[in-house]
Amino acid sequence: MKLSSIVRKLIMALSGLFLIIFLITHLVINSFTLASSKELFNDAAHFMATNPVIYLMQYVLALGFIIHIGMGIKLTLQNRKARPEKYAFNQSSKNADLSSRSMIISGGLVIVFLILHLRDYFYEIKFVGLPEGTTDYDLVVNLFSSPIYTGVYVISFIVLGFHLNHGFKSAFQSVGANHKKYNSAIKVAGTAYSILISLGFSTIALVHFINQYSFN
Amino acid sequence: MDLTLKIWRQKNSQAKGKIETYPISDISEDSSFLEMIDVLNSNIIHEGGEPVAFDHDCREGICGMCSMYINGQAHGPMRGTTTCQLHMRSFKDGETIYIEPFRSGSMPVIKDLVVDRSAFDRIQQAGGFVSVNTSGNTQDANAVPIPKANADKAFDAAACIGCAACVATCKNSSAMLFVAAKVSQYSYLPQGEVEAKDRVVNMVNQMDKEGFGNCTNTGACEVECPKGISLEYIARMNREYISATVSSEK
Ligand code: HEM
Ligand code: SF4
Ligand code: FES
Repeated sequence: MKLSSIVRKLIMALSGLFLIIFLITHLVINSFTLASSKELFNDAAHFMATNPVIYLMQYVLALGFIIHIGMGIKLTLQNRKARPEKYAFNQSSKNADLSSRSMIISGGLVIVFLILHLRDYFYEIKFVGLPEGTTDYDLVVNLFSSPIYTGVYVISFIVLGFHLNHGFKSAFQSVGANHKKYNSAIKVAGTAYSILISLGFSTIALVHFINQYSFN
Repeated sequence: MDLTLKIWRQKNSQAKGKIETYPISDISEDSSFLEMIDVLNSNIIHEGGEPVAFDHDCREGICGMCSMYINGQAHGPMRGTTTCQLHMRSFKDGETIYIEPFRSGSMPVIKDLVVDRSAFDRIQQAGGFVSVNTSGNTQDANAVPIPKANADKAFDAAACIGCAACVATCKNSSAMLFVAAKVSQYSYLPQGEVEAKDRVVNMVNQMDKEGFGNCTNTGACEVECPKGISLEYIARMNREYISATVSSEK
């Protein structure tokens, strides 16, 4: 069955909104690493790894990413094809903001990060196994001892924030939620959410990075 | 004013076009953009050349023919106007002005600045109408009660002149703003409601068939639309389309 452009957009928006909810959960669990005891994070990680519902959600999450990424690439290719001859002179900055014009680039950078991220955590924990005597907490904190790793991490979340700056409000428009009474609230919520995600994940990384150095 | 014009010249739909440079002088600030092109064309004709082909009809902002991409913006730098409503005072003396046709795979160039916008006609034919059988007796329009707010919304949507600035501007070459306006101008009214479900589905399907890109909500169309058609209509069409597809028995 051939999907209409509006249905394709709907799929993009629903998968995007699903990922938006996932990011909040992820941020809350990450913030547990800031607690004074390692146990809070380790317990949460253990719960996430063993609870059957969460176990199932792993697959739903993977599917969510695959759908969002696959559809994002497909839409972008179709959209490029829709204008075979480009303008010699175009001032797109006059009528649309940068984040809305570069969703495929910000999304693409997030994929690069996603692959690194899966390799460093998911692969290590699932397939390699943690070294004797270390916990999930130690794995996280050790990775943040590298300035390069921490740098890439922080930049990635700034890029993601940029993606969300357009994505959040765009998803509402795609599902048809555009109403004078609520538009400004959606816009403010989108900006607040993007800042929360960018700043939240980055701050946690930076706190661990700085802590490691103050111990030496 | 003295200007340098960089204009897209293309013999026909098959030919490969290119940008040509034309210096022009003694243009009045008070002349309209199209009048400036008229002067250019008369100069070109005097020199035995082929005048620049461009679409225009009403020259008062209501027919939507004067499609030109001027200095990187549909209908030029002024907001809320068509090319024919643009005046040379919006430019500086000595300025270089790029003039290109509206670009979209679904609206190919016929010649120079003239593009084929019949894709819009086919979208309209797919559902942009109400089927009325008056049997010789026209009903009193005021016999059908219409809430003022809805009449206003329908009227705002009907302000769309089908100029295709939205398509030309959109980075995806999407026609959503045009189609949304043409869907909404009927579906807000009781007369249009009867066929609303089929209309939105048929018009969107035709839009897709024509090869326009997918909307990504950048909002550039709304900014460049000479008639100020709002993105609100696109969201409304999304709702209408989704609910029509879900509830349709076809
Ligand atoms: C956690 C990660 C991500 C989140 C939370 C997210 C969220 C969103 C949201 C909410 C939208 C708006 C949907 C709409 O306009 O209806 C969107 C659009 C988009 N996303 Fe993502 N995204 C993520 C990762 C990615 C990745 C990895 C890619 C890689 C291809 C990507 C590519 C795109 C593209 C191309 C669009 C624009 C498509 C459109 O507007 O139609 N995203 N994203
Ligand atoms: S929506 Fe605006 S820009 Fe698009 S065709 Fe109608 S009047 Fe022109
Ligand atoms: S010539 Fe009719 S709108 Fe410009």
